[in-house]
Amino acid sequence: MTTLSTLTPSGRALSGPRKPHVQKRDWTGWKFIAPFMVVFTLVLIAPVLYSIYLSFFKEQLVGGNSFVGFANYGQALTDPKFWESMGRVTLFFVVQVPIMLGIALFAALAIDSARLHLSSFFRIAIFLPYAVPAVVATLMWGFMYGTKFGLVGNLNDFFHLAIPDPLGSSWVLASIGNIVTWEFIGYNMILFYAALRVIPTDLYEAASLDGAGAFRIIRSIKMPALRPAIVIGGIFSVIGSFQLFNEPSILQSLAPNTISTYFSPNMYAYNLSFAGQQYNYSATIAIIVGLITAVIAYIVQNSGSRKEV
Amino acid sequence: MKSPHSTRKALRRTAVVVATGLALSMSLAACSGSGTGSTAASTASAADITAALNEKSTITVWAWAPAVADIATAFEKEHPNVTVKVVNAGTGNDQYIKLQNAIKAGSGAPDIAQIEYYALPQFALSKSLADLSAYGFDSFASEYTDSTWGSVKLGDGIYALPQDSGPMAMFYNKAVFDQYGLTVPTTWDEYIATAKKLHAANPKAYITNDTGDAGFTTSMIWQAGGKPFTTTDSTKVSINLQDEGSKKFADTWNTLLSNDLLAATPSWSDEWYKGLGDGTIATLNIGAWMPGNLETGVKEASGNWRVAPMPTYKAGDTASAENGGGGDAILEQSTNKLVAAGFLQYMNEGAGTQISIDAGGFPSTVADLNSDKFLNATSDYFGGQKINEVLVQSAKDVVPGWSYLPFQVYSNSIFKDTVGQAYAAKSDINAGLTAWQKATADYGNQQGFTVTSK
Amino acid sequence: MSTTDQARVNVSARPAKAPRMSRYTRTNKSNQGLHTRKSILLTIIMGALVLYSLLPLFWLFVNSTKTQAELLNSFGLWFSGPNALWDNIVATVTYNDGVFVRWFGNTLMYVVVGAGGATFLAALGGYGLAKFNFPGKKAVFAVVLGAVAIPGTALAVPTFLMFSQMGLTNTPWAVILPSLISPFGLYLIWTYALDAVPTEVLEAARMDGAGEFRTFFTISLKLLAPGLVTVLLFTLVATWNNYFLPLIMLSEPTWYPLTVGLKQWSNQAQTVGGDVIYNLVITGSMLTIIPIVVAFLFLQRYWQSGLAAGSVKA
Repeated sequence: MTTLSTLTPSGRALSGPRKPHVQKRDWTGWKFIAPFMVVFTLVLIAPVLYSIYLSFFKEQLVGGNSFVGFANYGQALTDPKFWESMGRVTLFFVVQVPIMLGIALFAALAIDSARLHLSSFFRIAIFLPYAVPAVVATLMWGFMYGTKFGLVGNLNDFFHLAIPDPLGSSWVLASIGNIVTWEFIGYNMILFYAALRVIPTDLYEAASLDGAGAFRIIRSIKMPALRPAIVIGGIFSVIGSFQLFNEPSILQSLAPNTISTYFSPNMYAYNLSFAGQQYNYSATIAIIVGLITAVIAYIVQNSGSRKEV
Repeated sequence: MKSPHSTRKALRRTAVVVATGLALSMSLAACSGSGTGSTAASTASAADITAALNEKSTITVWAWAPAVADIATAFEKEHPNVTVKVVNAGTGNDQYIKLQNAIKAGSGAPDIAQIEYYALPQFALSKSLADLSAYGFDSFASEYTDSTWGSVKLGDGIYALPQDSGPMAMFYNKAVFDQYGLTVPTTWDEYIATAKKLHAANPKAYITNDTGDAGFTTSMIWQAGGKPFTTTDSTKVSINLQDEGSKKFADTWNTLLSNDLLAATPSWSDEWYKGLGDGTIATLNIGAWMPGNLETGVKEASGNWRVAPMPTYKAGDTASAENGGGGDAILEQSTNKLVAAGFLQYMNEGAGTQISIDAGGFPSTVADLNSDKFLNATSDYFGGQKINEVLVQSAKDVVPGWSYLPFQVYSNSIFKDTVGQAYAAKSDINAGLTAWQKATADYGNQQGFTVTSK
Repeated sequence: MSTTDQARVNVSARPAKAPRMSRYTRTNKSNQGLHTRKSILLTIIMGALVLYSLLPLFWLFVNSTKTQAELLNSFGLWFSGPNALWDNIVATVTYNDGVFVRWFGNTLMYVVVGAGGATFLAALGGYGLAKFNFPGKKAVFAVVLGAVAIPGTALAVPTFLMFSQMGLTNTPWAVILPSLISPFGLYLIWTYALDAVPTEVLEAARMDGAGEFRTFFTISLKLLAPGLVTVLLFTLVATWNNYFLPLIMLSEPTWYPLTVGLKQWSNQAQTVGGDVIYNLVITGSMLTIIPIVVAFLFLQRYWQSGLAAGSVKA
């Protein structure tokens, strides 16, 4: 089994099925996929279709419901709040995702290197934050960010530092990035580590016979083998960044003035529908965000795969 | 505020007796009969309600006030056929979101919901709430303080019965005042001077905390005599957040903000509770329901806090405002409105009021406010002070004529995007208020209201 | 690159029946080059990373030993005052007639039904995608990936309105049904099954006259086990941490999972006459993460191999 899985050419991230070896084309497969698709249709496709339907209407508190065509889309495309929130999450994923994946990669390589004392302890310890619910994680970090009585305040007092308020307007995005990084380093590390573990030992033997050093092994053996895992981690991080919601919305009670109601596109859509009852416009925003996310995920996947070829 | 007359004394007696569990079989008809002179219509409704309460039924109540569960238990003892299911569906806005969703979906709403005064117009004007005049509840007007009754009477309808109220007062940490030789300010100018003196004496201490809060700001504008929001025939709205009162408040608060005299600690955070305990937050201008929260949340400062009337803009004036508090409304979706009306009356007009008071709620019923027992109650937490004397006086001093927007919940939700930015940048609050007004007016227009923005 | 390809070819020459266990029994990679000397520097750097990872958890533990008063008045990262851990735990599980226990039970049910069901559906579907060629297969893939990109929170209102029409809101189904879908799990099983279940084995079973489902349950499922454990782990975490959906769908605390319940406790400080119970929020948070940490420690030795298959072929 080991050999079989390593044999298959990697790199076609999410590019769909390779041809099954021998199987004629018939409907048998549907019997297996049908249960998934039924539930999937109910909980995802139907709401998406319903959202698309809603996006063509406008319902007012006074005046009722009316068909408006693409007016909501027109409004969204020129909505500065929407684009500000898109800009913010774009900045977030351009900065946070590489840092997080970089640290995770480093940790995975370190644990895999066999040069670490207590490597299995490290593996579990770094992975543990992934098990902490985002609600709990945000409550914890929110406390530690406190400049008066929190950890930051304690450090400032004790060492006479002047760490700026992590929830002040210039730092709040970085502080949220820190929480997300903390939550997901372990997850990505394990993703990478697992990919490293299936590299056949023969490769290392061959490399060391050639006199290759650790860094050369990393560059020519480990990194190519890791690329698909990095692509997967990248795609999920992109989707995660654009869907940023839990962390800022829970921190909002601690930083009311620096986390606006349109901090992320998702928060904007949420506030529009749940506070403002603008269900139609909210649905429009959701669809546009979905389309943009899908396109970027596609680009990440393609760029990752192309290098492999 | 009129003094209670004999019928109300009777009501109070009933309430006390029921609350102590001695008159469990007291019928609701007797309670309502002890109200003010009932009209013919309300008598008929009262009979209908009584009849409905004798049949087997279940109603659901969404409320986060802890007393409601106790009130339901007491009610069920009197009306064994009725089951009252009390559900805590979230505090404040969390619950309104669920309520709004259920209304939008056309099902799933409770029979009765707790709704704060500021949110009431939004639900009432969208025809989601039952007009309680149909049950004769409009005759209860004189039993409640003017400000709370004014909050539930929207247009010609009554859309909730007031439960608690929050006339504002200045809570101050006497230990801190003594330590730094401060005197209790009676005007806002003195308040600013005190703030400076305190902060100079101890740079870690602040006169109060404020990071920009819609509820607080609107209450402060109210106290300053501002009337920024007016609604006529439910769809015509006018907004002026730069009227005289709004400016008066903003100018005063600008001084505190720009001189760095406000602790940037969000209310209700754990840092806030810490600050209230260790003296770094020296005063709070807040609703009369605060004592209970201090007692449970800031135990370590027991004996330190006192209550004084709100400072005013002119020496010798008395002016107050409502901050928080709310009532309970019957949803249009309810299929059992008679039973709901019966429970609502019990809860907020009958025996329930005393249970609510015992649980720390500040009443809105005139009889309770003026009872000797209530006025003379001393609190060990407040060093033996008769705090209710101050708080009840505040209820009488509330500036009349205030109203909220029919989309205040949304408007408050975007407060932090506008006025909050002024707080964050320590810049002019007036500019923030103007931005808030514009965003609110835009929303109103988008939703089909006719908004006049002055 | 050519070295790698060359090596791969070499590997392919190895017998396909190499024991699968080898993948995770290879705990000590002593044959990885010559550099197996332990590095102090690397250990120190990684130690810093561990510190970063564990510090908030340490804070959680330290503060769950404090009373509400101590919580507000002591240094956050060290113990202070009498050890109130046990009192806090007792208070947490008995508060409000033991509603925490109820939430715990709910969460457990959501996890068992939701994560278990999600794993099962992903196993069936992923296997179907890997081992059968059927009309519309490409469309299935495109639709699944496309729908995942739509922000879930933004779909909350349409989903709520639909569920409400079907009478599902405020019932456990409103939480369970959406958590039955794990696109990542589907994808993982799909890639895993491609190789873990050799087509020859299926052919042989068909020759013997076994039905497709019988083959799946008797043969394929066992071969998929490591992949299933991986998917189970991820769906477990997802359901255990589920917050937003239950928050919207459930109005009654009787059906709350722990996350929503804890947030409600945390909000309770804002209620008139409400207890301020941050100590219970903190202790409750700690109790919430213990079971999932235990599940991790227990499952972790099984699941890496399954994950490896997915990521390697991704």
